[in-house]
Amino acid sequence: MLPFKIALRFLKSSLGQTIGIILGIGVGVSVQVFIGSLITGLQASLVDKTIGSSSQITVKMKEDDQYIEDYAEYIAYIETLPNIASVATTLDANSVLFTENKPVIVRGTDLADSDAIYKLSDKLVRGRLPAADYEVVIGESLFAELGYALGDTIDIYNPPTGSGADEHKFVTVVGTFDFQVALTNDTLIVTTIPTVQDILNVGDVVSTVITQLDEVFDSDLDAASIAAFIADDAVEVIDWKTQNESLLSGLNGQTASSLMIQVFVTLSVVLGIASVLAITVLQKSKQVGILKAMGIKDSQASFIFLSQGMILGVFGAITGLLIGLGLLYSFTTFALNADGTPVVPLSIDPGFMALSALIAFSSASLASFIPARKSTKISIIEVIKNG
Amino acid sequence: MADNVIELRHVEKVYGTAVKTQVLFDVNLAFEKESFNSIIGQSGSGKSTLLNIIGTLDRPTSGEVLLNGVKTTDLSKNKLAELRNKTIGFIFQFHYLLPEFTAYENVLMPVRIAGTPITEEIKARADELMALVGLTKVKNNLAVNMSGGQQQRTAIARALMNRPEIILADEPTGNLDSDTTEQVYDLLREINRKFKTTFVIITHDRRIAEKADRIVEVKDGRIALDLRK
Ligand SMILES: Nc1ncnc2c1ncn2[C@@H]1O[C@H](COP(=O)(O)OP(=O)(O)O)[C@@H](O)[C@H]1O
Ligand SMILES: [Mg+2]
Repeated sequence: MLPFKIALRFLKSSLGQTIGIILGIGVGVSVQVFIGSLITGLQASLVDKTIGSSSQITVKMKEDDQYIEDYAEYIAYIETLPNIASVATTLDANSVLFTENKPVIVRGTDLADSDAIYKLSDKLVRGRLPAADYEVVIGESLFAELGYALGDTIDIYNPPTGSGADEHKFVTVVGTFDFQVALTNDTLIVTTIPTVQDILNVGDVVSTVITQLDEVFDSDLDAASIAAFIADDAVEVIDWKTQNESLLSGLNGQTASSLMIQVFVTLSVVLGIASVLAITVLQKSKQVGILKAMGIKDSQASFIFLSQGMILGVFGAITGLLIGLGLLYSFTTFALNADGTPVVPLSIDPGFMALSALIAFSSASLASFIPARKSTKISIIEVIKNG
Repeated sequence: MADNVIELRHVEKVYGTAVKTQVLFDVNLAFEKESFNSIIGQSGSGKSTLLNIIGTLDRPTSGEVLLNGVKTTDLSKNKLAELRNKTIGFIFQFHYLLPEFTAYENVLMPVRIAGTPITEEIKARADELMALVGLTKVKNNLAVNMSGGQQQRTAIARALMNRPEIILADEPTGNLDSDTTEQVYDLLREINRKFKTTFVIITHDRRIAEKADRIVEVKDGRIALDLRK
């Protein structure tokens, strides 16, 4: 490819200028990469704080005093959905700590599955998670307030439900947790599902099926297909998005402004490249004239400048990625909170970086169409006349 | 009639659209194969315009230009580019080398433009031409690092690289000293004999012109004198 080789030689022969352009593109790309990673990172951390430790699609009965009987069937279906990361069940009982006369919520859950959702094991302060029925973990603050010790038995009282069942159940405290939410820490007791089924004196039922997703923003799609599968008016399928509309509109606003910034950065890179390349056509018009006299075709002449654009685009994109990665690396390595987490949450997404690089490359190539067109208009006569 | 490699029929050239200046008037001229011709004339008489029209760098306002019997005035830009590459070698007053390339790379450029692969044979030819113009030692110098005479000789080697039938030279020694001028002309003459290349050379140096087989004088855009030896 002669035009490509000539382009390369032109760029090499004015190395300073070439490096300048490459750095210009590189700074543009790195700004884009950095801003993009920052916004995505901020959003991801915000979303994670909001719904990272809770159910993203929840199936429950519309009436509070009803329970789901067909939950095994629902789970079997939900598990076939590709976007589902984890499924679990819970069964809640509104009870009272009999000795202390304190209202609590006793939540039974299949910990093997629900730990992926609630991250209870991460929130454990002392002891361990319940391993058998009638073992419970309670909030650290409740534990301290009531002066319990691990291994203590507590009396959970449930008002009679008419069947004349035993109203007192005795459970053992095996651990404490801290959810960093006072209400949860003060009122929640977590145990196994059979324990709560016994407390409520119900059969094999649950009150909710809870899930987490791989792509949390696709929750509406999965919620719709779950609702369609269940097809029961008494059952409600709740999608986290419908409950967090203000968060979502905030996120959308951020995405839009981040996009705007990126568009303007790209635009200024394109304009910069276009104007610099336009100058290089003028600088090289004598050479183009000579080449044309020797028989180079207009299409080849314009390909010299297209090649220049592409070469600058490739090196600019690579430089941009390197600078961008450097920035991201230093921010995630040196700007840390006391607990070692980065001050600025950054999301390093190879796909996004590849896209930024591709955009830079395409815009550099696109920008070089202007000089490429100009080069076809260079007249041999003008060049040889003007020495 | 001898074989004409270049033929001009009723060629006229008018510059400008608003203010028209006619530079060439009904020029009828033919050059024979393998001949060595010079064009002389006062500055501004239209010599360069004529040569550029012959070389397809410029188009006549009216009239026809035939190279090897082919009407170049009818050809497309791309066809003209191809024709220039294969059949015409140019040598200008200002050598016009590509400053980003070495002398040797400049000499090879017409071959690359033709799209011909650079074989050992072609490299050997380039070396041979560089030797012929006496540049073997500086062949890897960038064009800008050579003397004026060296650059002009590089341009000559480059013009010869594709074995063109025609060499068009516009005051090729215009900015060289008289010793170098003499050398360059002897070289061109030698090439003419050795490769049977047709030469049309514009010169203002009568002494040089007289070495040609034929002298054509242009005066105010017309052929004023046509002298054959
Ligand atoms: N592009 C142009 N526009 C207008 N006039 C031109 C142009 N090129 C050349 N001329 C005029 O044409 C005449 C012949 O020019 P040229 O062929 O260069 O003469 P020579 O080579 O004999 O000195 C001159 O008067 C010159 O000013
Ligand atoms: Mg002239």
